[in-house]
Amino acid sequence: MPTVSVKRDLLFRALGRTYTDEEFDELCFEFGLELDEITSEKEIISKEQGNIKAEGASNVVLYKIDVPANRYDLLCLEGLVRGLQVFKERIKAPVYTRVTPRGEIHKLIVTEETAKVRPFAVAAVLRNIKFTKDRYDSFIELQEKLHQNICRKRALVAIGAHDLDSVSGPFTYTAKRPSDIKFKPLNKTKEYTACELMNIYKSDNHLKHYLHIIENKPLYPVICDSNGVVLSMPPIINGNHSKITVNTKNVFIECTGTDFTKAKIVLDIIVTMFSEYCENQFTVEAAEVVFPNGKSHTFPELAYRKEMVRVDLINKKVGIRETPENIAKLLTRMYLKSEVIGDGNQIEVEIPPTRADVIHACDIVEDAAIAYGYNNIQMTLPKTYTIASQFPLNKLTELLRYDLAAAGFTEALTFALCSKEDIADKLGLAISATNAVHISNPKTAEFQVARTTLLPGLLKTIAANRKMPLPLKLFEISDIVIKDSSKDVGARNCRHLCAVHYNKNPGFEIIHGLLDRIMQLLDVPPGEDQGGYVIRAADGPPFFPGRCAEIFARGQSVGKLGVLHPDVITKFELTMPCSALEINVEPFL
Amino acid sequence: MAGGPVAEQLLRRLEVVDGGLDSAELATQLGVEHQAVVGAVKSLQALGEVIEAELRSTKRWELTTEGEEIAREGSHEVRVFRSIPLEGLAQSELMHLPSGKVGFSKAMSNKWIRVDKSAADGPRVFRVVDKVEDEVQRRLHLVQGAQAEKLSEKERSELRKRKLLTEVTLKTYWVSKGSAFSTSVSKQETELSPEMIASGSWRDQPFKPYNFLARGVLPDSGHLHPLLKVRSQFRQIFLEMGFTEMPTDNFIESSFWNFDALFQPQQHPARDQHDTFFLQDPKEALQLPTDYVHRVKRTHAQGGYGSQGYKYSWRLDEARKNVLRTHTTAASARALYRLAQKKPFTPVKYFSIDRVFRNETLDATHLAEFHQIEGVVADHGLTLGHLMGVLREFFSKLGITQLRFKPAYNPYTEPSMEVFSYHQGLKKWVEVGNSGLFRPEMLLPMGLPENVSVIAWGLSLERPTMIKYGINNIRELVGHKVNLQMVYDSPLCRLDVEPRPQRTQAAA
Repeated sequence: MPTVSVKRDLLFRALGRTYTDEEFDELCFEFGLELDEITSEKEIISKEQGNIKAEGASNVVLYKIDVPANRYDLLCLEGLVRGLQVFKERIKAPVYTRVTPRGEIHKLIVTEETAKVRPFAVAAVLRNIKFTKDRYDSFIELQEKLHQNICRKRALVAIGAHDLDSVSGPFTYTAKRPSDIKFKPLNKTKEYTACELMNIYKSDNHLKHYLHIIENKPLYPVICDSNGVVLSMPPIINGNHSKITVNTKNVFIECTGTDFTKAKIVLDIIVTMFSEYCENQFTVEAAEVVFPNGKSHTFPELAYRKEMVRVDLINKKVGIRETPENIAKLLTRMYLKSEVIGDGNQIEVEIPPTRADVIHACDIVEDAAIAYGYNNIQMTLPKTYTIASQFPLNKLTELLRYDLAAAGFTEALTFALCSKEDIADKLGLAISATNAVHISNPKTAEFQVARTTLLPGLLKTIAANRKMPLPLKLFEISDIVIKDSSKDVGARNCRHLCAVHYNKNPGFEIIHGLLDRIMQLLDVPPGEDQGGYVIRAADGPPFFPGRCAEIFARGQSVGKLGVLHPDVITKFELTMPCSALEINVEPFL
Repeated sequence: MAGGPVAEQLLRRLEVVDGGLDSAELATQLGVEHQAVVGAVKSLQALGEVIEAELRSTKRWELTTEGEEIAREGSHEVRVFRSIPLEGLAQSELMHLPSGKVGFSKAMSNKWIRVDKSAADGPRVFRVVDKVEDEVQRRLHLVQGAQAEKLSEKERSELRKRKLLTEVTLKTYWVSKGSAFSTSVSKQETELSPEMIASGSWRDQPFKPYNFLARGVLPDSGHLHPLLKVRSQFRQIFLEMGFTEMPTDNFIESSFWNFDALFQPQQHPARDQHDTFFLQDPKEALQLPTDYVHRVKRTHAQGGYGSQGYKYSWRLDEARKNVLRTHTTAASARALYRLAQKKPFTPVKYFSIDRVFRNETLDATHLAEFHQIEGVVADHGLTLGHLMGVLREFFSKLGITQLRFKPAYNPYTEPSMEVFSYHQGLKKWVEVGNSGLFRPEMLLPMGLPENVSVIAWGLSLERPTMIKYGINNIRELVGHKVNLQMVYDSPLCRLDVEPRPQRTQAAA
């Protein structure tokens, strides 16, 4: 969930009133926001870098507000205020309009070279904007929030904002060989080639995260003006030449990306949020984008979409009984201008360009419920009549757990993920013999594979509890995972039961006795007959030669028991003899 | 009565001393083996608070077998010296004496003897001095008399190097009076026996009073794991509410079922390498339900079922990628898909509790795997009010009665609500679960009827367990680093009964 940090006093001034922290928290809760933290710049710096560094930092109170991940329109102070003011019916939702300039429209020409690296571009102009320090900061911060969220760390969309008066159109969006791109990047004093920049930014804590997006491409995207001045090399960096400042009057905004829909949404969000400060409030000057196929489109789209929703659908989904007029009012408070039409049972809802999250009637239903107040909804129980049943494997597991504890064994709960070493080397097996499922992106060795046996987890549990009095008798009934090409995903779980006895003597008879008890519980009699169980001498890891037997029950091999090999004991950092038993529970269902 | 005469004497002496006494000293005083005193201490300890015994280890010097021989018969060099008569002795002969070799070189370096190599029948050894002091023997006598401290560090280490001395650690008890001290314990040996019952002699026997302040002896027993005890209770609650358990025994899931089927777009951050474990082997799912996949694809890319869709190019290879499931909702999706294939539609209530996996950075409250609890109800005409009603019943069975609902965002539920409960200990509202109505874009491609709503909620099993048992570090609860003592000591899981005040602050 993105967190937006706003200055409290600035927020209250914009809201036209003050709140206590509790009141504001309550308002957030009702609206679906969360007042996550009340802090200040000074506090943040002192927490992260110590008191000394924080000296002199601002004491201005900051509200950190958690915003739902799909509400891009609430990612800055301007949007938050607008949303809350409309919600509280203090203002009407502004109408955003696209205007065509009286003079020539600014053009962005997209060349076909971009197709392989970053094919889409959109653009718009904010004309006669009046920044202040706070507005400017908010403008920059919104771009960053959008980059981190909907833009997927600039991979899907990257935003560039430029001082229109410093460059001259038409602009070209193309892709060039990195060695052919040379410009002075933002906040640098000399020119670099794109190759040089990629190297320099490898050590830049902020920009290094974006390099991978174009690094291995033969051509890098670049936007130039008619004189060849580089505006930006998306998604990495803008040029210094067209840099905007607090004094910039006219802003040219371009969004490039690999996802056209998201690029349009991002552009709409930026211009709807900041056209508030334009001379003609909430108007945005159009720009024309010419695509390689020669077709041209005008942006921003600022599309208003109309949806028809039945009143009874809303009432039925929420569980309320409101009049059509009230429902329309509720929706209007959520920035969705609505009116009752037709037979009086239909509502026409206008989805503004700021609410790209509304893609289905269910989104409208939710907004009606939020405006109604979740906590005002009458709780009722559904009349759904059902007979419960347990998943048979879990039912058997539950029964066995209780009786294994009654047999004096203590239940462990170990991780399903582990290292290759745990299930192979340490048990004296080759990893190829385990049939294990391998993870491609483990952050540490502890998550290399899914376990194929429960034994390592139990041995590690003992190793972590060596100070406990002996004997240690542990068990676990849980799933292991093995590859199985007969399953749709190519792997399956298997419910295992494992028990270990750790003491000064191996206690094979105790583990053997536990097996006898388990078979008794499962109503499997001893004996060779079909339906009975026997154990037969067997060999192989992780057991000590001559101290291992295979368990056959109901005509199939279900597992092994025995005394662990001293090498296994040592590899798990244990010192005492240990006997163990591991069986597959599924044949006993 | 356990302990016998030694215990009795121990108690009597303890009664009159100030402070306490040392078990080794007592053994010497009583003239018994130290082990006998230790036995007495242990048997008295078993009675509870009669005595207190603190284990102490003291280091002590003891003679080795060779050292004892020397203490008895003199050092090798002295024995050599003594064996040489005035007229001297042939060196070859001397070397055959038991102490010959060692004693000769030592006596030489002490300049007690000399060798005349010019003698006619080979080298001959003569005394140089008239009398010698057996310093080694004297020192060993000191050690024997428990006066090793009179020797200097250097002297001791020299003797140790000659393997005459060895340092042993002696474990002794420092015994003092316990809170229920009494000398009488040893006098009354009587406990009711079958013979007494048979003969009636119990009528005449004095019985020692029991010490009810003492702790009993805990039975040998196995124990269930606290987290799984809580799991059992949650299963019980769902079963009481008529919910059927879904199969969840598939940790490996395709991205299709884990994300796409839930209308989670392919660029969603949850599908990032940093959040999800992807598989190297088996890398991709082998089969996906073709027709259904097609409907899902269309809904994502173009919309449909009343939806605008996400309008991006949906890729099959992305959906095939295998992952370790990040939520049990993947299993719920499979269950709902199966339900949708059965005609006519029958209402269901489903639940599951099982492991899920996240490629997260680990800390005191986050692990790479945890358990998710999930409840699902599918029926005609379910409402948000129904969801809240079911949640109220569910949470009241957990002893949570003060609930509040906050609007939230989930990719696959709309409307969505976070569930908050008022935490008495923390004096604030804390999130206890997440819930919502599954999106039509998820349900309709499965083939569920249009007027069927599915309400669902989820929470983690670890969090309520940590709060219940006052555990602050999740690693003490889940995984091999578990504290087994905590497992042994954990009480029954009664979710609807207030836990006793915890020593530790409830987990945040």
